Amino acid sequence: MPVDRVLPTPESRELLALVTDLARNELAPKASAFEERQEFPRDLVRTVGQIGMLGLTYDEEYGGGAQPYEVYLQALEELAWGWGAVALAVSVHTMSCYPLATFGTAEQKQRWLPDMLGGDLLGAYCLSESGSGSDAGSLQTKAHRDGDQYVLNGTKAWVTHGGVADYYVTFCRTSDDAKRGISTLLVPADTAGLHPQPPERKMGLLASPTASILLDNAKVDADRLLGDEGSGLKMALSALDNGRLGIAAVATGIAQAALDAAVEWVKERKQFGVPVAEFQGVSFMLADMATGIEAARSTYLAAARRRDLGQPFGPQASMSKLLATDTAMKVTTDAVQLFGGYGYTTEYPVERYMREVKVMQIFEGTNQIQRMVIGRHLTR
Amino acid sequence: MNIVVCVKQVPDTWAEKKLSDSDKTVDREGVEGVMNELDEYAVEEALRIKEASGGEVTVLTMGPEKAVETIRKALSMGADQAVHLVDSGLHGSDALTTSYALAKALETIPHDLVILGVESTDARMSVIPAMLAERTGAAQLTFARKVEVGDGTVKIERQTDTGYDVVEAATPAIVSVVEKINEPRYPSFKGIMAAKKKPLTTLTLGDAGIESEKVGLAGSGSSVAEFSARPPKQAGQVVKDEGDGGSKLAEFLASQKLV
Ligand SMILES: Cc1cc2nc3c(=O)[nH]c(=O)nc-3n(C[C@H](O)[C@H](O)[C@H](O)COP(=O)(O)OP(=O)(O)OC[C@H]3O[C@@H](n4cnc5c(N)ncnc54)[C@H](O)[C@@H]3O)c2cc1C
Repeated sequence: MPVDRVLPTPESRELLALVTDLARNELAPKASAFEERQEFPRDLVRTVGQIGMLGLTYDEEYGGGAQPYEVYLQALEELAWGWGAVALAVSVHTMSCYPLATFGTAEQKQRWLPDMLGGDLLGAYCLSESGSGSDAGSLQTKAHRDGDQYVLNGTKAWVTHGGVADYYVTFCRTSDDAKRGISTLLVPADTAGLHPQPPERKMGLLASPTASILLDNAKVDADRLLGDEGSGLKMALSALDNGRLGIAAVATGIAQAALDAAVEWVKERKQFGVPVAEFQGVSFMLADMATGIEAARSTYLAAARRRDLGQPFGPQASMSKLLATDTAMKVTTDAVQLFGGYGYTTEYPVERYMREVKVMQIFEGTNQIQRMVIGRHLTR
Repeated sequence: MNIVVCVKQVPDTWAEKKLSDSDKTVDREGVEGVMNELDEYAVEEALRIKEASGGEVTVLTMGPEKAVETIRKALSMGADQAVHLVDSGLHGSDALTTSYALAKALETIPHDLVILGVESTDARMSVIPAMLAERTGAAQLTFARKVEVGDGTVKIERQTDTGYDVVEAATPAIVSVVEKINEPRYPSFKGIMAAKKKPLTTLTLGDAGIESEKVGLAGSGSSVAEFSARPPKQAGQVVKDEGDGGSKLAEFLASQKLV
């Protein structure tokens, strides 16, 4: 049974019904095989884009769906129930549109945003480097101005959609100024000198390619600078506040899928002559899993509603990401436990869920970094 | 080419279907209603024809108020407008009276082509397209797995047990489609928003010129005399293969009169 949700409008209810249908009938049945083949489901992501999920939160003027985060995140959660890698694709793409949509000029937006929101294109967000992870401000990739172009040199690491994206929102150093040294460029994938490296060999989310992007004298027109020179780090961090809400929703969706699978299993699996669900030790585990998921969902929705009302939501986004991903890690681990030995095999999806949510405690700011953000907010 | 797609709301394919005790008709209130699956293919085909050669697509649904959900889905897939034939006097109509009511409703919508799914998942009679052709005098092109429209003509590949026949007729024509014909699209969020603004006409019996004594439970020539619940599943019989598994299976099938 799909989650019984509180939604603000009739059209948001219809959207959720549509996304739930797609997740259950198109995504979930295909996930395991694609993950095993480590194949990115480009066509399915396009289908998800065609229903409107790749521009859902942005202005109608540029082809977006003008939906509140409260709706978008719940739709994202349903996608993740069906397939984490596809939901992650939507979340990362949505984040990759943020710098242009929020800091771009009207002219830049008219030129690029409709295509980016339209569903056919896929974006990537390149902040991390091999030596600069949690300390994003220490990034080294350089962009120097040469006439009406920027010339980029360096290597961005861990890029989700590296090699399959149509454009790369790239944060790079335009000066050595400690505070205002980083700028944001919208780099087309076919830029000469932009070389995606072979994808990383990962523990989970195998259908979602993660790759380094080598920039070797890659030349980008200067009018692809988003916002002012030097405003990149601020932009990167505010994009991440939004992205973290997305990750919270994705983790919650996978946790819900793990719980649903576990509930079904324990009702069927018999030991000592009865379904194992009848043992209190089992049903108390289920109760804790469900309670954790409900708390995670409530927390990200509370943050989303702040955002939708135009109130500050940064610390709440960090709390959402921290709570949802730690909860999802525990819930998916417990789901494997409830499946017993069967849960440890690839025959059932629960071990995959467990591998998938692990990275959500790491990317878009590790959960230590989230605590740091929350702590700083309390003591500043 | 202007196209009418007949779309029916049916109880969710996976839900347990029930007949109501009082009048022995399908209980549509207690269960989730969905668009009859084959009708999705009919809507898709109509949209493809429209996208290729222009015209308008009108959805026609006969059903209770609740069926408007299904109409909205067809509109959000891209149909231009809808007609909802809704009247308590229609409750309990059988296939023959339904085809009469639909034929009358069709008279109110100018069209060249009517497209339907070959059957509904609730009643599974698969007769409405043929009955509609008979009642309207339009050409009958059923079980289409491919449709091509020309200038005032329609050509289909008609699915048969062994292959297909090519059948061609002048419009107006009634076409029923099989699921092989296409892959229905998902509605888009923009489609959902646009659907709210599309014209939806409701017709009562009087509006469509339907004589009330010819429809509904009373007007139907066929009726459900009695029904009983499906007997509970019997325990299966396990055949152990001790070299004679094949013949034991054959014996079993023969005893059930299956071979
Ligand atoms: C599958 C995947 C996809 C990714 N996708 C993207 C992407 O699309 N775009 C992108 O830019 N990046 C992406 N990343 C990178 C990701 O955001 C980084 O891996 C993450 O920010 C952590 O950086 P790091 O790996 O360098 O770890 P480090 O920063 O080296 O951290 C190592 C450990 O130290 C801890 N630590 C560091 N600093 C502190 C501190 N101040 N206080 C307490 N603990 C601390 C961390 O929590 C961690 O446990 C992706 C990573 C993965 C694995």
